[in-house]
Amino acid sequence: MKEKLVMIGNGMAGMRTIEELLKIAPDMYDITVFGDEPYGNYNRILLSPVLAGDKTIDEIMLNTMPWYEENNIKLHAGDGKRINEINRIARTVTSEDGTVEEYDRLLIATGSKPFIIPVPGHDKEGVIAFRDIKDVDTMLDATKNYKHATIIGGGLLGLEAANGMMQHGMKVTVVHLVDTLMERQMDSVSGKMLKKSLEEKGMDFRMEAQTAEITGNGRVDGIKFADGSSIETDLVVMAVGIRPNMELAEKAGLHCERGIVVNDTMQTYDPKIYSVGECVQHRGDTYGLVAPLFEMAKVCANHLAQMGIGLYEGSVTSTKLKVTGIDLFSAGDFIGDEDTEEMVMQDANSGLYKKLVLKNNKLVGAVLYGDTKEGAWYFQLMRSGQDISDLRDKLLFGESHLGDSGHGGDHILNMSDDTEVCGCNGVCKGDIVQAITSEGLFTLDEVRAHTKASASCGSCTGLVEQILESTLGSDYETPEAKPICKCTDHSHEEVREAIRTRKLTSIKDVRRSMNWKTEDGCPACRMSLNYYVQSAWHNEAQDDPQSRFINERAHANIQKDGKYSVIPRMWGGMTTPDELRAIANVAEKYEIKDVHLTGGQRIGLYGVEKEVLPEIWKDLNDAGMVSGHAYGKAMRTVKTCVGKQWCRFGTQDSTALGIKLEELTWASWMPHKFKLAVSGCPRNCAEATIKDFGVVCVDSGYELHIGGNGGIKVRATDLLCNVKTEEEVMEYCGAFIQYYREDAHYLERTAPWVERIGLSKIIATVVDDEVKRKHYNERFLEAQEISQVDPWKARATGGVAPHEFASIKVVS
Amino acid sequence: MSNWLEIGQLKEIPQQGSRVVKTADYNIAVFRTVNDEVFAVKDACPHKQGQLSQGIVHGKKVTCPLHNWTISLESGEALGPDEGCTNVFMAKVEDGLISIDLG
Ligand code: SRM
Ligand SMILES: Cc1cc2nc3c(=O)[nH]c(=O)nc-3n(C[C@H](O)[C@H](O)[C@H](O)COP(=O)(O)OP(=O)(O)OC[C@H]3O[C@@H](n4cnc5c(N)ncnc54)[C@H](O)[C@@H]3O)c2cc1C
Ligand code: SF4
Ligand code: FES
Repeated sequence: MKEKLVMIGNGMAGMRTIEELLKIAPDMYDITVFGDEPYGNYNRILLSPVLAGDKTIDEIMLNTMPWYEENNIKLHAGDGKRINEINRIARTVTSEDGTVEEYDRLLIATGSKPFIIPVPGHDKEGVIAFRDIKDVDTMLDATKNYKHATIIGGGLLGLEAANGMMQHGMKVTVVHLVDTLMERQMDSVSGKMLKKSLEEKGMDFRMEAQTAEITGNGRVDGIKFADGSSIETDLVVMAVGIRPNMELAEKAGLHCERGIVVNDTMQTYDPKIYSVGECVQHRGDTYGLVAPLFEMAKVCANHLAQMGIGLYEGSVTSTKLKVTGIDLFSAGDFIGDEDTEEMVMQDANSGLYKKLVLKNNKLVGAVLYGDTKEGAWYFQLMRSGQDISDLRDKLLFGESHLGDSGHGGDHILNMSDDTEVCGCNGVCKGDIVQAITSEGLFTLDEVRAHTKASASCGSCTGLVEQILESTLGSDYETPEAKPICKCTDHSHEEVREAIRTRKLTSIKDVRRSMNWKTEDGCPACRMSLNYYVQSAWHNEAQDDPQSRFINERAHANIQKDGKYSVIPRMWGGMTTPDELRAIANVAEKYEIKDVHLTGGQRIGLYGVEKEVLPEIWKDLNDAGMVSGHAYGKAMRTVKTCVGKQWCRFGTQDSTALGIKLEELTWASWMPHKFKLAVSGCPRNCAEATIKDFGVVCVDSGYELHIGGNGGIKVRATDLLCNVKTEEEVMEYCGAFIQYYREDAHYLERTAPWVERIGLSKIIATVVDDEVKRKHYNERFLEAQEISQVDPWKARATGGVAPHEFASIKVVS
Repeated sequence: MSNWLEIGQLKEIPQQGSRVVKTADYNIAVFRTVNDEVFAVKDACPHKQGQLSQGIVHGKKVTCPLHNWTISLESGEALGPDEGCTNVFMAKVEDGLISIDLG
């Protein structure tokens, strides 16, 4: 018999937990859900747009009634279904109408209650809160019959309510106790700017006003303040805060303080009873935004599924105000203290304000007003705790001003619907917005699956994330450390760490040891894991060809019609008449359609049938040529210029050094492709400053440059250091490569990697610390000993993987 | 009408891998899953005819090498939001020998 799981509170956090649970353990429990609202589960956040008339109730449903049926969940929803007793001995819950259900495990997700200030008259007709569909209905009714609404509370919720009522032509007054609006999210400068723009929209304010009494005969007709003044009003919405809804839990004897106390696995003091959402208190904190609640949901589901991994360790939160035409964002500690420094940018005329709070070179808080497109980036920097020393001079201007600019500067809100966002798949902004709203998408993965935007080269990922955010009006799905893929909750870092410390040498071991959710993974995780185990354990881990992309299995690049290309290595971009003759012979013998001089200083043969690849390779091998790895996440080419040998400006022998570097690094596998170049002087004809590792020869020696990228987003290199000898160039190169190989995420090229971890960290490791440099270089050389075999030869004459190239059967 | 044809031994296809059967008109991709189940579909992705035999096999699915559509090996249908279908052939393994039904 299946165990019984009962959930109390059919809201956002609880249902998210159930959905997560269904994803990882669909058949584990018989699930029953109690909710005292007569609906399925809806997106409470979007009540504000419903009130403002931008959305309908149907549009904000997350789980409709039929959804529960389809998923075999018993739903008790509506009048009488409020649970008023938990019997922990009998393990039953009872609702107001006497419905009893037994449980093996119980999940309490009762959310919170709006706080109603207990002033005289608070119970009159026309005094309400802003929490659920019923409240929205009451407000919408009032807009039809009355003229003046007053909102008590100038916080996030109060202002959204005020804006909504104003959209319906009501006169709206906001009463606030202190002199700054949204003082929990804003400093006084941005609070004043906000107040000014709301006043321009027609909102009235009563600041520093304390409500003393609500007057009226049966129905409210006015408010009296503590200073003796008063106003008239037809409706009062109290939006002064929320209180965790914990009476039920308290009554059942569960330990509660400000909320239901839970540990890092979301368990209450009774191990059979879990709790998530606004009703809980975790490590002393309570939360009132969905992002942390969804993180709790994930952890809770994991433990309900008895996988026993994942801890909830608290969250940093960010907020946005969902009022059209007003952009504000705040996160973390934006007030600061004596240990923090501030960066401020203010342009009162155009209504822009930006304040960043730094502590020990880390971003700890941010307030943005007027232009919030950098919010996601700042939030990411805050949560990752990245050292921002390298970004300092540009930080305030935002990510779009960094080298990695790409499509920077685009402002999502100003972007027209027909602006192409994804150039690979021809997806426009309008398509993405449409998919998000009509399909109810929440995550980047979902948008990729539905629209293909950012599913190919990925250069528009940032833009798509911004569109997602601006469309959803809230930032609730940017997980702290992104999992590798849907098969796991673990991030790249966590997996690499486990591979090292638990000594995992195969993909299977990783999946088992880290509780993978799928039986044999997906292409994304298989390719990553195959790389990670080999990079960590180069002399013990076995390669799994089935977890490599076809190009790396076939050692040639697949083309649109299923044919392949062949690009032999030309060391340092040099060739000989013999090599050229051999290539010409091959081209004739196998009727090669196209012979192309590639962008990497070598010759490519295009349109080759897979079956003849080994024969071609044999002919090329016979002429002394090996694979150019033009198809792999591997070391590709070393571009060189002619250098001192011929050029009147050359300072060193760049060609010879290029060849040495290529001999050192060829046949090495990488997180992504890796290119090198050596230029003979700063005129830089080999374009060394857009390579992963570039050398610019100068009179006094060699400048070493790293992290350059041509391609999708052009990024010029950063200078790593200057060295004097070729030997040093080789040592630094080996060390840099190995550090990159052991640290970067799979499919992260050096350019984004350098930006993610910061140049100073790389200099500290590879330049300043001789012991580390030598260690990494030695590890590189050791790995190369094993890796440097020509994969073409292994297949052409060495008997490796013959099945890859032959059909199993030919039927005539 | 069925038209069973022996094509080779199970061990000739790597686990999570695939081999091709060539016929006069088209190619058939024969897959072996991690649990040694065998499936056969026409070697042409419903998107732009990519060779599914060259894809990565996971679960009872294959991901096309050209643009990452994922195709169910059981039904030949594109999964997720993508739409399209490729022909499926019955396949069986007896005494380590694979046969497919060319219909
Ligand atoms: C063959 C070649 C074009 C040519 O005929 O000249 C080429 C061909 C391909 N490039 Fe390239 N790139 C070639 C030089 C370049 C260069 C120029 C260079 O290396 O100096 C660049 C920009 C420099 C750079 O990488 O920083 C370049 C940036 C890309 C990118 C974008 C990479 C990025 O990080 O932004 C991709 C996509 C990817 O790798 O994900 C790509 C991908 C591809 C692929 C492999 C697309 C694919 O996955 O099928 C193309 C294979 C065609 C085929 O049928 O074989 N190719 N590609 C060049 C091979 C050079 C070589 O000898 O190995
Ligand atoms: C208008 C509005 C706008 C918001 N905007 C944002 C925003 O932009 N961004 C953001 O992150 N957050 C926003 N929030 C907050 C967010 O909606 C909440 O944090 C979230 O919904 C809390 O989820 P929960 O599951 O803990 O509680 P809820 O979603 O409130 O779910 C609890 C459910 O349990 C029911 N219940 C309670 N007791 C019982 C019982 N004894 N028996 C049966 N059922 C019971 C309740 O009726 C309720 O349906 C907003 C909230 C509101 C009201
Ligand atoms: S630029 Fe590169 S990836 Fe694009 S079509 Fe040309 S060869 Fe292919
Ligand atoms: S051809 Fe298969 S995904 Fe495009």
